[in-house]
Amino acid sequence: MTEPIITFDKVNKWYGNNFHVLRDIDLQVGAGERIVVCGPSGSGKSTLIRCINRLEEHQQGRLVVDGVEITDDLKAIDDVRKKVGMVFQQFNLFPHLTVLENLTLSPMWVGRMPKKEAEEKAMEQLRRVRIAEQALKYPLQLSGGQQQRVAIARALCLTPKIMLFDEPTSALDPEMIKEVLDVMIEMAEQGITMVCVTHEMGFAKAVADRVIFMDEGQIVEQNTPEAFFNNPQSERSRDFLSKILGH
Amino acid sequence: MSTFNAIAPRPAPQSNSGPVAWCRANLFHDWKTSAGTLLIGLILVWLLPRFFQWAITNAVWYGNYDTCHAASGACWAVVREKFRFILFGRYPHAEHWRALLCTAMLLGLILASCTRAFWRPWLVALWVGVLVLYLALMRGGFAGLRFVETDLWSGLPLTILLASLSMVMAFPIAVCIALGRRSGMPAIRSLCTVYVELIRGVPLISVLFMASFMFPLLMPQGFNIDVLIRVLAGITLFAAAYMAEVIRGGLQAIPKGQIEAAATLGLSYWQTQRMIVLPQALAMVVPGIMNNFISTFKDTSLVAIVSLYELTGAMGMAMNAEADWRPFRIEGYLFIALIYFVFCYSMSLYSQWIEAQVNKSKQR
Repeated sequence: MTEPIITFDKVNKWYGNNFHVLRDIDLQVGAGERIVVCGPSGSGKSTLIRCINRLEEHQQGRLVVDGVEITDDLKAIDDVRKKVGMVFQQFNLFPHLTVLENLTLSPMWVGRMPKKEAEEKAMEQLRRVRIAEQALKYPLQLSGGQQQRVAIARALCLTPKIMLFDEPTSALDPEMIKEVLDVMIEMAEQGITMVCVTHEMGFAKAVADRVIFMDEGQIVEQNTPEAFFNNPQSERSRDFLSKILGH
Repeated sequence: MSTFNAIAPRPAPQSNSGPVAWCRANLFHDWKTSAGTLLIGLILVWLLPRFFQWAITNAVWYGNYDTCHAASGACWAVVREKFRFILFGRYPHAEHWRALLCTAMLLGLILASCTRAFWRPWLVALWVGVLVLYLALMRGGFAGLRFVETDLWSGLPLTILLASLSMVMAFPIAVCIALGRRSGMPAIRSLCTVYVELIRGVPLISVLFMASFMFPLLMPQGFNIDVLIRVLAGITLFAAAYMAEVIRGGLQAIPKGQIEAAATLGLSYWQTQRMIVLPQALAMVVPGIMNNFISTFKDTSLVAIVSLYELTGAMGMAMNAEADWRPFRIEGYLFIALIYFVFCYSMSLYSQWIEAQVNKSKQR
């Protein structure tokens, strides 16, 4: 593996006093590596990736992202967020702004980029996700799949080193899942580091370098997709796979 | 395998639009609505001609109180006789043109502020400029203009001044209080909560009373703030507390995901509030905010308690001045009711326009 870009070192997190949601997480993600995180609901996979850009804070252990240790230091958090893009299950586009304005917001206000340049860059990203003709519409005028592609383009406008996906296709109609996965597969081919929480096993097989299976706040098993799907090592992952692949 | 045969769309069997269909759906839907329609219709048929007779045909438009006493209809002559006093109150008669000019200027500024073309940073400077000019001209005391003390400012100009300034100032305060009540810092949060609960816990009239009579007692001898400013501050702080709660309602309706998305894009707290949270939250509570504005406009009539005579107060004074006109105060009150209605209804129409503007992004 190349030099790790994300390192979890014995990371622990609790919700309240009694719910131990992440337990002694040790994980290293190499630059350019594509990781799929799966597991039953409540297993802590969303929390895991949300720690990477500090949407959730961990209470114990060390978490280092691209050389910056994530702590209470706001400056460090700002630094990391500039390098990490995120795509959410519910898209979280800003409904009062047009598609183009959604994309130019951060480059203009955080990156201090002139408007014209930001718009050019935004259009380039929109073309990349094949939705440039919708630039002047409002998010709610688009279909779910289109909205999620806009959300991906918005995250890419920051030119992130790392992209986090939190169940990006779970809120979509079955007919729209493919258009989003296609865009993600294209991204994966361009060498960006990706950490993706998903149950799309087809996607995992197609692009993942490594599959991580979590349960009860722990990493139960990690392996290449072939090995994980064909020959799961633990009872728990075998059980999980039989449920999601069994129908 | 069977083939899929699309069914061509066809028109509804019974017309759903047009006046006949509307009447059927809304006025004569079943026997209960039909009975209601007939009953209300009968009342109107009985009432309207009588009102018309009183207000128009038998009314006295010109004349003095003798002709009014003799007539059976309304005495609009009282409005003709007293309208300058009703509109301008105690402001010196010969100087009414100044109050008129100032008010026209302020209304023009308000109308301009309501249009999109003026939503620019220099609008703030324009407000400051117009207000300075307003105060100078209303006060006078220079260039041969007679000096007019603020407690003589009255009538409609005072109503508009108090209402517009308190709304303009209460709004940003309310936004800050609403944000403060959701702040992560306990000190700020409790401070804002205490403010809202304290102000909401007392009637406006007592706030005005304290501003007018208690405040000077607490200040050192010789130190005094103009009564108009004290009253304005009272109304502003009062309106802000209510408006803050309306705005907080809007803030609470913003999904957490919006704030998370803003955070992942690197926006700071204030950038997030200004560009993501507030535009959506305020758009949601336009009707509530306008409700506050309208009630603030009418609440200004309470300043009569501290001897400032805005429209309602001036009206009362005008009517009480001469015993002979006193029986016709109902006509006077109808006159100012009309003025209030015109202003409040305009605000209501404006809020509908704003709602239509902010809802553009929701149309599919």
